Amino acid sequence: MNAVLNNALRTSTILFLFALIGTALLAYTYRQTHPVIEKSAQAEKLALINQVLPKELYDNDLLGAWRELPPSPLLGTRKPSGMWLATRDGRPAGVVLEAVAPEGYSGDIHLLIGIDATGVLTGVRVTQHKETPGLGDYIQLAKSDWVLQFTGKSYHPDRDGRWKVKKDGGEFDSRAGATITPRAIVKAVREALKYFQLHRETLLQPIEASKP
Amino acid sequence: MITKQEFSTLAHNGLWKQNPGVVQLLGLCPLLAISNNVVNALSLGLATVFVMAASSLAVSGVRNFVPHEIRIPVFILIIAALVTVIDLALNAFAHPLYLVLGIFIPLITTNCIVLARADAYASKNHPLHSALDGALMGIGLTLVLVVLGGLREVAGQGTLLSGIDLALGPETKDWVITVLPDYKGFLLAILPPGAFIGLGLLIAGRNWLDARAQQRAQRAAKTAASALPA
Repeated sequence: MNAVLNNALRTSTILFLFALIGTALLAYTYRQTHPVIEKSAQAEKLALINQVLPKELYDNDLLGAWRELPPSPLLGTRKPSGMWLATRDGRPAGVVLEAVAPEGYSGDIHLLIGIDATGVLTGVRVTQHKETPGLGDYIQLAKSDWVLQFTGKSYHPDRDGRWKVKKDGGEFDSRAGATITPRAIVKAVREALKYFQLHRETLLQPIEASKP
Repeated sequence: MITKQEFSTLAHNGLWKQNPGVVQLLGLCPLLAISNNVVNALSLGLATVFVMAASSLAVSGVRNFVPHEIRIPVFILIIAALVTVIDLALNAFAHPLYLVLGIFIPLITTNCIVLARADAYASKNHPLHSALDGALMGIGLTLVLVVLGGLREVAGQGTLLSGIDLALGPETKDWVITVLPDYKGFLLAILPPGAFIGLGLLIAGRNWLDARAQQRAQRAAKTAASALPA
């Protein structure tokens, strides 16, 4: 009996020691690498944001000017999302919104939408999607220029019919065999522009407490 | 030290006889998910080579301190910790490389070939041999991945090396080879069923080559034997 107990004690001590060493190693590496990783993640985020909102349009610390937005059907969000407020010489210059196109062929398509203070799109990018590779993935800038056609567009309620893919009588291109994906994105961008027009005043209000 | 003989045995095992992709069938999770084009396949393969060499080295280094009963949890602990450390270190200090390999590295923890080599080889052999075994097994898997990736890419979209500019920078965009111009694409090859079918063909091809070699050896042995009594 004693021998069994001894053996159990010995093996569990060894396992414990390995767990301890492993944890210490991970904790040390995490502490050493965290600041560097954080910095490059921020830089990447800024680079992505700058794709939808050109650098020339603003002069504030964009990553610091972040605000949480409650879930909204117009943004397609079921969870709180984020926005960044761009200002130039202290005046609001535009916003970058996180939005979701929920009607993609294989679920949610996550979007980053840049809108200037007058409601004109400065750029749209797809940040995450599960569309069919080789078919519906031309919405990525890496695969095709499709997503660039949004730049410079704006929404007016009288011309609602324009905000459709060409196949449905609108003015947006799509590819044969893959219309569900662009249809979902066109709709999501249109709804986001409506959201901006509805909440323009609150969205463009200055941000005091800044924490990304 | 490692003799030439030992090296060629290890290499033969890793690349052909015990190939993890088409013989042991142990790398299937990433194999099926990532092999839809050559660039992805090669990236995951290289990350696997790296992780397997490092994990085999580490496991072999502590093999004499680990009681038999708890070897599996200890090995898993070592592999998971090591992969996380590599992941963090690459992210922090080799960021361009991380952008290419980053999403693949956590996938490797789910690859049972790493644990299989730790248990079957590294826990019984010298660290140097173990590291080499790990690396060669990784290379064996990489070869299968690249061949499968190539097959699926050509069949699926008629190109080779598409997406290389995401891995090596925009100036390599012209490296993409269009094998079949004006090809409409064959979606099945890119989707998961294509991976299963392609892997099946590779396994069949390897078995066929093996059977042919065996037959030839038998015939040679027979002629030698019948030649002897005379």
